[in-house]
Amino acid sequence: MALRRSTIFLRTVAGLVLLLAMIFLHASNEVRTSGPLFARKNALVRQLELTDLSIFTEATYTRHLSMADISTPFQDAQMSLDHFPSGALVEPPPHLLRNHAQLD
Amino acid sequence: MPNLIERQRHIIDFTLSSLLRRKGKNCALLLVYTLIVFILASVLFFTHALKREAALLLNEAPEIIVQRTLAGRYQTIPIAWSDRILKINGVISVRPRLWGYHFDSAFKANYTLTVPAGNPPQQGSIDIGSGISMMRGANRGDIIAFTGHDGIPRSFKIRNILEHESQLLANDLILLSEEDYRDFTGIPADQATDLALRVRNSREYGIIAEKITRIYPDTRPIVRTEILRTYDALFGWRSGLLIVIFSAAILAFVIFAWEKATGLSAEERREIGILKAVGWETSDILLMKFWEGTVISLTAFLVGIILAYLHVFFTSSALFAPVLKGWSTLYPAFPLTPFLDLGQVATLFFLTVVPYTITTIVPSWRAATIDPDAVMR
Repeated sequence: MALRRSTIFLRTVAGLVLLLAMIFLHASNEVRTSGPLFARKNALVRQLELTDLSIFTEATYTRHLSMADISTPFQDAQMSLDHFPSGALVEPPPHLLRNHAQLD
Repeated sequence: MPNLIERQRHIIDFTLSSLLRRKGKNCALLLVYTLIVFILASVLFFTHALKREAALLLNEAPEIIVQRTLAGRYQTIPIAWSDRILKINGVISVRPRLWGYHFDSAFKANYTLTVPAGNPPQQGSIDIGSGISMMRGANRGDIIAFTGHDGIPRSFKIRNILEHESQLLANDLILLSEEDYRDFTGIPADQATDLALRVRNSREYGIIAEKITRIYPDTRPIVRTEILRTYDALFGWRSGLLIVIFSAAILAFVIFAWEKATGLSAEERREIGILKAVGWETSDILLMKFWEGTVISLTAFLVGIILAYLHVFFTSSALFAPVLKGWSTLYPAFPLTPFLDLGQVATLFFLTVVPYTITTIVPSWRAATIDPDAVMR
């Protein structure tokens, strides 16, 4: 006998919910077992005195984003624009965007 | 109770038959919907995991970095300044850092040169990041040459390849001894790139930074909390990546909602008229429409989320790589630890499933309250 459509749907949803639950279990297990890995990485950060992640290597101000200053992306010439793609992807460091006075 | 469940199942049976009658349209809808959830969830998973990873790793960064600027540009800092800074109350140590960049014209890649604080390589040897090792096909014991500041190439023996698992930190790094660094870059012996401070009490960061700028007005202290905040805001709402993706997703949802809210097709109206004529209550029709919205949106949500997880944490965000690479030649693989934020998943659920279901019900409620005779005409 053919299955009712509602049975197929409900079983599919149940299967997907089960998969989702397995994903959460997998994630929590990975986080739990990542302790030694983070300890090794932290030791590397301490040893090399690192301040940034190596996500973008194309421009100095996105390679070391926290070390950049506000003029670096535009320093090639007085009217130049930030021309590296990664400069358009990320948000500037918040400490560079602080207003020290009311500007308007 | 069994009757209630059976009633719902009959309505789901009918809803699914109704959806299958417009198979092409509904499959396309499900596909696009899944794709939108997939993209949104991928971005949320990726940015959240990266932020958490950055917060955990950079928590070990130096407490304060002191840079020197000259006419708005970086300048090397005299090492002698360390002595005066060390005398400030609360500063445990000051270490001159030596680091900089090297552009490898043969491979069109930028490397970061660093003199490590501990266990530096001997003169003439270097440690390299796994990204450089892979790109240049260089392994431990190999000799590798780079052109120095004076145009003369220098050869180094590779002592070690930094662990592949640290790619996010050290992919493009070259570690070398202080003597080699000064010889390679031409930086004078009494100068450093910047100063790294260790500070006893985190509440004193601000005061110490202020004291440093008072003693040396041309310095720029960057405290660790600012470094951490930088990465917390890296892919914030105002970043280009998120604005582009979220605007596209919102636009797609507006089109969905518009398509649903502007009314039903003639065929759907006739269906509602017939159902009312054969005795369905308005509440039954609304229930049917509720299930119609739920079938599409819940399936799309669940499939989208699962695919997004596999994409970000099993394929290292393969689809984002071309966007994030930009013009970089050296690019790390992203084996991120799957830090999931249940709040984000719940928000995504309420932002995708709930509005769609509501926009499915509202126009049907309008059609279901009209006289069946008028609807069928």
